Amino acid sequence: MAQPEDFGYHAEEDLLRSEARKFFKKHCDELTLMKLVASKHDPHRVPECLWDRQAWGKMAELGWTTLAVPEDAGGLGMSAVAVATLVEEAGRAAFPSPLIATINATYVLAACGTEGARTALGEIAEGKTAGLAITNRRGSWESADTDVTAAGSGSTVTLNGTAWFVQDARKADLLVVSARSEAGVGLYVVPVDAPGVTIDPDSIVDLTRDQAHVTFAGVEAGAAQVAAEPGKGEAALNAARPALLTMVSADMCGAGEWQLQTTTAYAKERVQFDRPIGFFQAVKHPIVNMMIMIDNARSLAYAAACALNHEPSEAARYAHMAKAAASAMAAFCSGRSVQYHGGMGFTWECYVHLYVKRQIHNQVLYGDAAYHRARLADMLIGPIAA
Amino acid sequence: MTEAGRKDTPEQAEFRTYCRDWLSRNRPAPPPVELPLSAIELTDHQQLDYLCAWQKSAYDAGLVGCDYPREYGGGGRTGCQRIANEEMQRARTPYFPNVIALGMAAPTIFHHGSEELKRRFIPKILSGEEIWCQGFSEPEAGSDLANVQTLAERKGDLWTINGQKTWTSLATFATWMIILCRHDRSDKYKGLTYFVVPIKEALGKGVEVRPLIKMTGEGGFNEVFFTDLEIPDAYRLDAVGNGWQVAMTTLLHERGAGPLVTPTAGGSDLGAITANAMTLVNLARNSQYNGKSAADDPVIRDRIMEILIRQVAFMQSIRRTRVPGLTDHPMRFPLQGKLVFTEIMQDIASLALEIEGAASTLYVADGNAPEGGQWPLAYLNCFGATIAAGTSEVLRNILGERVLGMPKTK
Repeated sequence: MAQPEDFGYHAEEDLLRSEARKFFKKHCDELTLMKLVASKHDPHRVPECLWDRQAWGKMAELGWTTLAVPEDAGGLGMSAVAVATLVEEAGRAAFPSPLIATINATYVLAACGTEGARTALGEIAEGKTAGLAITNRRGSWESADTDVTAAGSGSTVTLNGTAWFVQDARKADLLVVSARSEAGVGLYVVPVDAPGVTIDPDSIVDLTRDQAHVTFAGVEAGAAQVAAEPGKGEAALNAARPALLTMVSADMCGAGEWQLQTTTAYAKERVQFDRPIGFFQAVKHPIVNMMIMIDNARSLAYAAACALNHEPSEAARYAHMAKAAASAMAAFCSGRSVQYHGGMGFTWECYVHLYVKRQIHNQVLYGDAAYHRARLADMLIGPIAA
Repeated sequence: MTEAGRKDTPEQAEFRTYCRDWLSRNRPAPPPVELPLSAIELTDHQQLDYLCAWQKSAYDAGLVGCDYPREYGGGGRTGCQRIANEEMQRARTPYFPNVIALGMAAPTIFHHGSEELKRRFIPKILSGEEIWCQGFSEPEAGSDLANVQTLAERKGDLWTINGQKTWTSLATFATWMIILCRHDRSDKYKGLTYFVVPIKEALGKGVEVRPLIKMTGEGGFNEVFFTDLEIPDAYRLDAVGNGWQVAMTTLLHERGAGPLVTPTAGGSDLGAITANAMTLVNLARNSQYNGKSAADDPVIRDRIMEILIRQVAFMQSIRRTRVPGLTDHPMRFPLQGKLVFTEIMQDIASLALEIEGAASTLYVADGNAPEGGQWPLAYLNCFGATIAAGTSEVLRNILGERVLGMPKTK
């Protein structure tokens, strides 16, 4: 199966982009974002979960929160390219919301293909938010690794243990939990208010999202909550992984473009030595390098998104490339965006740090650049000989 | 669908079939002597005669100049040169010898030349009967091209040219040269005028060509000296004082961002050798690094993947440039093309030397050199690509200024 040359990006996606850009400009311009998430600056403050529920409600009304939910589960079932378009615009606004967490949970559930997963997708289609509880204490991104166990068989299993680095946990209604039993990893849909679930917020660098470790103490999951049977969870997570990487990459491309545009504007306006600093090649050339790296990452993110629907056999390759390129880009662009804002860029009141922190978080989420280059090498060269 | 996945128009589809058929029946015989990596390194007449015969046959078949009007010797088609190029690439034909003429002189004459000049020159460029060279760079005008000092002084209907051009590829074979001259020392940019000048017929009579040797040890380019060379005013392109605008047309095409697609054939140019980072994987499999296969070294693997990702991204960016909704600024990627591609090439060659390790010290004449010593040669040659046609530094200025709107360096 070949990809369409135009990425399957048509008038519908273009319209979605312009509507999304308008929406985020209205509900999450820089000043609004600053007031929302950065009113307190103490690094030792209690971790908070700051987001605009009303704006999220409006997004849900527009159907944007169910773009990725298959039509037969009640969603809009739009292409990954369309979803990436929305995510990219959300990243450009550094919009605090469970958008990516919910979309990524959607892709995992869609990869399960079970009745339990379909039920959960239906709930997302009706407006519930979701998150993935699939990472262990050591922050492994491998699908097989979880610290949660599932015991018992038949109609009910009991979950015990803690899932770490759960994205936007306090904005989620449902969690998709990976848990290990003798038969292997299974996936379970657990409402956050189920008895035995404790959400412990992490104190994180990024101000535009929340993260937590979630403890499951004798949480019971019935047959209807099984999204993937024991032994089938790992395959479902692996199947969804390219979509997860693609969406995080799209978010990073949007944020990177904000950094480029903002840094360029400042370099044109800030005068030193009687000239705008953008005159000097020590400033101008690295800003051009930011643009080149963003373009690389963006082209790969859309290639990966397009592959998800049109060339699934190649999606993993493109997704590894996209996330590696996006993480390398984010590291470079973040550094330059602070540096070229000079003393202003070092302050809390300058917007730049909001994006730097979002990108720091994004860079490692589901694996950093070196991790994905290593995975890609395993695919293209073969595993390293023992 | 083409190999790039684009849909052909009916005219293009029909033409593609024609090209493929013709190429299958008219594959040129192998060259009588070994050819250099690209046309700008040609040094002997046997090589040139072979390649000129190939260009002529491709021209006669309608594969060269497809999109130029018929009155200038072209095929009068639309959007078909790209098709012919793709098919010649696919057929792995030899390259064309007349690269400066096809890529720079022809589009410049087409856009700025008089009707007479267009009819006189373009047909023989397309057929390869007349080889051209380019007189832009001078000892004091490299990146700062507008600083050219070669003087053109007017006396009635004649101009007298005095000065020196350098880094002039193909000058030893050239019949003609496109040249940027200064007619007025009082204005840097408006003091420039653009001409075509005869080279071959004026050798020893106002024109002297001296070969320069590249750092690789190969020949290929030259210095050209003008001493009281007289040319008619009819050889001027565009108005007196418009030389800079005309030069911009030349450079836009040289960097692959101009409106006219340059006829290019297959062959083994530098780009083809370094075009695929996957060649590094094979090289790594055949090389030892720290006592084991270089393909099993995590650092080498990481660095190959880093380059490969940039290379795939480059191809995907070309694809994305054709989707308006995914393109912020129409020149944002086209102006990156030459810069990004040549830096990828250079990084591939550089990493190849590291993978080869001790064996990378062996050059082309050494029988023990891996892959014939092509990697050290490619590495040295790659600097030609990041310097010629606008250095990477000048191209970053252009991107910063034209696309991002930052203040101009000049």
